Amino acid sequence: MIIAERKPVDEIVEMVSGVKRVLVLGCRGCVSICSAGGEREVEILASLLRLGASKQGRTLETIEATLVRQCDREYIEGIDQWAGQYDAIVSMACGVGVNFIANLRPLDVVYPGVNTSFFGGSADQGIWTEQCAGCGNCVLHLTGGLCPVARCAKSLMNGPCGGSVGGRCEIHKEVPCIWQAIHDRLDRTGRKEDMSRIAPIRDWSAAGHGGPRKQVRDDLTV
Amino acid sequence: MSFTPDIRVFCCHYTSQQAIAEGLAGLKNDGFPPNATIERLLCSGKLQVSTILKAFEDGADGVCVVGCPVNECHNLMGSQRAAHRVLAVRKALNELGVEGERIEMFHLPRGFHPEFVEAVKQLDERTRGMGPSPFNGGTAK
Repeated sequence: MIIAERKPVDEIVEMVSGVKRVLVLGCRGCVSICSAGGEREVEILASLLRLGASKQGRTLETIEATLVRQCDREYIEGIDQWAGQYDAIVSMACGVGVNFIANLRPLDVVYPGVNTSFFGGSADQGIWTEQCAGCGNCVLHLTGGLCPVARCAKSLMNGPCGGSVGGRCEIHKEVPCIWQAIHDRLDRTGRKEDMSRIAPIRDWSAAGHGGPRKQVRDDLTV
Repeated sequence: MSFTPDIRVFCCHYTSQQAIAEGLAGLKNDGFPPNATIERLLCSGKLQVSTILKAFEDGADGVCVVGCPVNECHNLMGSQRAAHRVLAVRKALNELGVEGERIEMFHLPRGFHPEFVEAVKQLDERTRGMGPSPFNGGTAK
């Protein structure tokens, strides 16, 4: 899922300092699961924004709502139900949601309520770790299912580097060296021969270095 | 200028037994601040961040949360969860430029004990020192 975290409250208070009515809009997708932008977080942020406004000696009206998703046109259209009731939207969805509101609602002012962090999973309660970089050219079949692009600090395709010590990364000592883990896993699963394969120079054009990416599925388009 | 803070106390069923047994008159005799109001919860772990924030919105100058000892919560992890939520509110208050010390978590033994009264008195005195909440027109120190 996409991992996000709420922006510092003062930053959001500053964004809405010029408006009187705010629609605080959550998303029931990834940001609900990682407790950054679901219903509960919408309630908390709306309260904090009202408190922030009180401290500035003014009143802020808030509408609290959560859409099923903010990354689909049909759900964004649901914002119509609050038409005329807000001066700005604070979206607690990931950056995709903020962009979709901006794309589809040309007259709406929209601000981000969260910082979108990475693609990750829940390693433990309250802890999320990056697992995928969305690079567009998956090599997990060669690396035992462990991603060197997202999980190696240097995104090496042939590792480990010389800085791997005791199975730990030289960049962050608390982070396991993913290349050590890849080798250990390939060994454990009887795929030792894969360790000697030299990965070719990678084509990064699918990783977004050539501008925004787009995917078209002819079997789904109408 | 004298200032009487609005103190809100959220405490679990177990750490508020004294309060319930003695009643407000009895608590007052023990020195419990008359400007503090108690909201009793089944467990401090039931307390939500939004509930604490609502207390500040409703005019609280200080919030006191009381739960079981860290590793002896009647509901195992309840008081630990409450402590985490108190820290989350503190962080948010600090981000808003308001003293995080306006909220405090106390882990106290269950049953009858003077520490409950002392905890609220401590928060009351601290809040008097800070003055009215900046959300109520005060100035953060």
